[in-house]
Amino acid sequence: MLNRQGRPTSAQAHGTADPAAGMGDEAARLQEHRMGRGERGGAHRSTFTGNRALHQEEPLIFEIGRLECTGVDLDEPEPFTPRLGGLERQGTIGLPGLTEPEVLRHYVRLSQKNFGIDTGPFPLGSCTMKHNARLNERMARLPGFADIHPLQPLSTVQGALELMSELARQLCTLTGMPAVALSPKAGAHGEMLGLMAIRAAIEAKGEGASRRIVLVPDSAHGTNPATAALLGFTVKPVPARDDGWVHVDDFKPLLGPDVAAIMLTNPNTCGLFEPQVVEIADAIHAAGGYFYCDGANFNAIVGKVRPGDLGVDAMHINLHKTFSTPHGGGGPGAGPVVLSERLAPFAPVPFVRPLSRGAGEVESARQRRPGEGSAADSPLTPALSRKRERGNAYELVEHAADADDALPLGRITAFHGQMGMYVRALAYMLSHGADGMRQASEDAVLNANYVRACLADLMSLPFGNKPCMHEVLFDDAWLKDTGVTTLDVAKAMIDEGYHPMTMYFPLVVHGAMLIEPTESESKASLDLFIATMRDLAMSARRGDTERFLGAPYHAPRRRLDETRAARQPVLKWTPPTPLPPQEPQG
Amino acid sequence: MRYLPLSDADRREMLARIGVDRIDDLFAAVPKDKLLSSPPDLPRRKGELEVERILSRMAARNVAASSVPFFCGAGAYKHHVPASVDHLIQRSEFLTSYTPYQPEIAQGTLQYLFEFQTQVANLTAMEVANASMYDGSTGTAEAVLMAHRVTRRRKAVLSGGLHPHYAEVVKTVSRMAGDEVAALPPDVPAAEDLLSAIDETVSCVVVQTPDVFGNLRDLAPIAEKAHRHGALLIAVFTEAVSLGLVRPPGEMGADIAVGEGQSIGNALSFGGPYVGLFATRQKFIRQMPGRLCGETVDADGRRGYVLTLSAREQHIRRDKATSNICTNSGLCCLAFTIHMTLLGEAGLKRLARINHANAVTLAQMLSGVPGVEVLNETFFNEFTVRLKRPAAEVVERLAERGVLAGVPVSRLLPGAGLDDLLLVASTEVNTAEDRAAFVTHLTEVLR
Ligand SMILES: Cc1ncc(COP(=O)(O)O)c(C=O)c1O
Repeated sequence: MLNRQGRPTSAQAHGTADPAAGMGDEAARLQEHRMGRGERGGAHRSTFTGNRALHQEEPLIFEIGRLECTGVDLDEPEPFTPRLGGLERQGTIGLPGLTEPEVLRHYVRLSQKNFGIDTGPFPLGSCTMKHNARLNERMARLPGFADIHPLQPLSTVQGALELMSELARQLCTLTGMPAVALSPKAGAHGEMLGLMAIRAAIEAKGEGASRRIVLVPDSAHGTNPATAALLGFTVKPVPARDDGWVHVDDFKPLLGPDVAAIMLTNPNTCGLFEPQVVEIADAIHAAGGYFYCDGANFNAIVGKVRPGDLGVDAMHINLHKTFSTPHGGGGPGAGPVVLSERLAPFAPVPFVRPLSRGAGEVESARQRRPGEGSAADSPLTPALSRKRERGNAYELVEHAADADDALPLGRITAFHGQMGMYVRALAYMLSHGADGMRQASEDAVLNANYVRACLADLMSLPFGNKPCMHEVLFDDAWLKDTGVTTLDVAKAMIDEGYHPMTMYFPLVVHGAMLIEPTESESKASLDLFIATMRDLAMSARRGDTERFLGAPYHAPRRRLDETRAARQPVLKWTPPTPLPPQEPQG
Repeated sequence: MRYLPLSDADRREMLARIGVDRIDDLFAAVPKDKLLSSPPDLPRRKGELEVERILSRMAARNVAASSVPFFCGAGAYKHHVPASVDHLIQRSEFLTSYTPYQPEIAQGTLQYLFEFQTQVANLTAMEVANASMYDGSTGTAEAVLMAHRVTRRRKAVLSGGLHPHYAEVVKTVSRMAGDEVAALPPDVPAAEDLLSAIDETVSCVVVQTPDVFGNLRDLAPIAEKAHRHGALLIAVFTEAVSLGLVRPPGEMGADIAVGEGQSIGNALSFGGPYVGLFATRQKFIRQMPGRLCGETVDADGRRGYVLTLSAREQHIRRDKATSNICTNSGLCCLAFTIHMTLLGEAGLKRLARINHANAVTLAQMLSGVPGVEVLNETFFNEFTVRLKRPAAEVVERLAERGVLAGVPVSRLLPGAGLDDLLLVASTEVNTAEDRAAFVTHLTEVLR
């Protein structure tokens, strides 16, 4: 009997259709062996190397590298007199090297122990693991973007400023907000910037000392309370209701002259759009506070709803989620923050400012002085002056003193933010266009609801079977009395070839499983995913706990001992202490 | 649309299965008047070719560092990155994976993070390193916050040799968090009196070496005085290659070493994404910001790696966390680690010697140009020159002639009266012809 992947399902099943039947005993035994059936669980048969074909055991570079070895051919410099003032480094650093073929093999083998979007479905809720187009990688590597220095003259980076300006324009259009600060390096950094802008606005009104509370629903991501606390705000929870929504009636009693802001995620972390978001915005504004929106879930509503129409004052956009810049195993990302009219003046430096036409022409006239002296002889001059002939169309405001009427709150990172991510995000936006971005959000929402509809009878929906946004949240009530936990389900999904959903987040439901298929999954892929989840659910109900408790069985590693890792932290490689000399044995 | 697999037939079938008529029925929770009826006012979708054209046109308006004699530094350095680095970081399993929350299928990421942490710890001569910060500047601000937690004091002293952007980031975060900052004025000759700024109220002293003007600083006396007063020394670096040649923070008594790792493995990319390196003493690990990868074993007893000590982090501790950082610089760590492994100790030391030699040669040549004075006694691959004319203007003129001559100090510190100073960096990418072009054009421009 074959399962739907075409693999034999059980040891007994082999007998019935066994091609070795009818062979002589010895031949049959050998054939059994070849087919890996000589012993049960042939997959666990040990090998001399510990490798299992494509699963290679790979030591650390510190165990295979050599201090004198290098994979980069460089010539020693000519003798010279150092200018180090006696501060030379002495002794061994501890950085073994490898030649290029060894490096390739080492890191390719490591890569094969990783699950990426291209490996299989990656329904990690709140993380928007959508397809990462390779065109975007190619664009980010154009020398005109990848090989420019953040502090070279602005006349030599006008294309980069144009790109930032266009990205800003598109983000403002999509969100219906008047301004955007591009420089935050990720979502959490954007949260920090957003709350800083709110702090600055409050201080400008002379209320800095009195408004010290930030309201954060219990369902919020950990970065929300962490950010508020980092800036010295007191975090006050907004209670959750059993319908998954924040109610303006629960929220209003918390408001007062001591409240600086609410940090509300919308669509929220339960996968639901907040129906009272406008009333909540009105209430916080009426109380003199600001509305920070966590925009991690923007992918559900691009081209469908504009946060600016909902009364949002600041919202970060994770370019590494909604606009598909690759997650890279944990970063880098980018977290631009769109700002309302009330917060825009406090946007940090630097920011790009288009120059008026006239100003640009004056600039170009000044710069387009005909070649003087030997400048005309430089082979580089024609190319350079062609690049400059348009004159400067954009300037970069890097210091508060140059910000005219604005009151920048300062600088939150060196240089100008995540250019490499801006290029990728803009490539995504240009490729999709307004119509494609809207379609992507609709498909993301459709996919999540399809999963919901097809699993609602077997898994449990904490807030009832109502439409969700781009992710669907289940709790673990359906696992009651099975002896199987959310974690076990996740590990069993790994064996089935899936990256698990987000687990145990948000904290407001028990044993949360947050599934975000994204728009990148085909219907066929969703159907197989749904069938797999149904099969797992039925296994759990049948009491086939072995499938779960020991899982994963087929990953490069079984479950890892996290307690041990935390109790005796080993955070770097150290040379092994030599064993004491042993008596020869035997 | 080439990225969207659903067909219209699929969509209809799925809506029927869900039990709704139209897609907008799924958006029923959105207030009616807030749901847009048509796409936003932006251009329609485009094919690859067209997108490539548009973006290539923008890129062509920029002058790439490798297309000209190039001497800009000031916290971002042009180095040669081996081809295999960029190939490997584009392995889909690295590029398109998430933070390793499911360690059984993320051993690739986790093992390279463990290698990265070890390399950073050894490079800085510190006991432990984390799995990266956004960049050197945000890492420095985090280091200050960490020092405040460790010492339970709230005042940071910043050296006048600290990169002005780093100082501004620390000031912004500190002002917002209600912490105190005593920033010393810009210190071109590395002659400031940091020691007298240290007393019992100070949580940490933040000193950069090589400093933003290129000077090397001996941090040992500062560490000694800081420790006597219960304060921490935060040692900052913006050029990681320097650590192949220059005494590392850990050997000068640093309690936290933090810096920019861009120079190893990562492109200039107009300032980001970069990778913040962050290392400290073992005894402070529970106050550290950011992710940590640790070694452990799996159920079969095989060695493996996991994210660990997460009781410090936002997803567990929420408003009690040591930092709010979540997404960090994962793939940039990988680029750093691969490039560092290719270099190895021998290659890194040689690369550092080449950088230093090129800078020494350039300094000698520039000091022969009338109207140019090299100010540094010591430096690694970057130094400061005084010009007889405003540096920004000279840089502009040299750019017209096809030489990117460095970073005017006024770009970083406008109005500080340092308009005649230019920061000049020289790395292994500079050739003798590059240096000759620089000297020739500078001579003419200053004439
Ligand atoms: C709801 C929510 N808010 C904030 C964040 C933080 O974003 P980042 O990881 O980009 O800092 C995340 C990401 O994991 C998130 O899911």
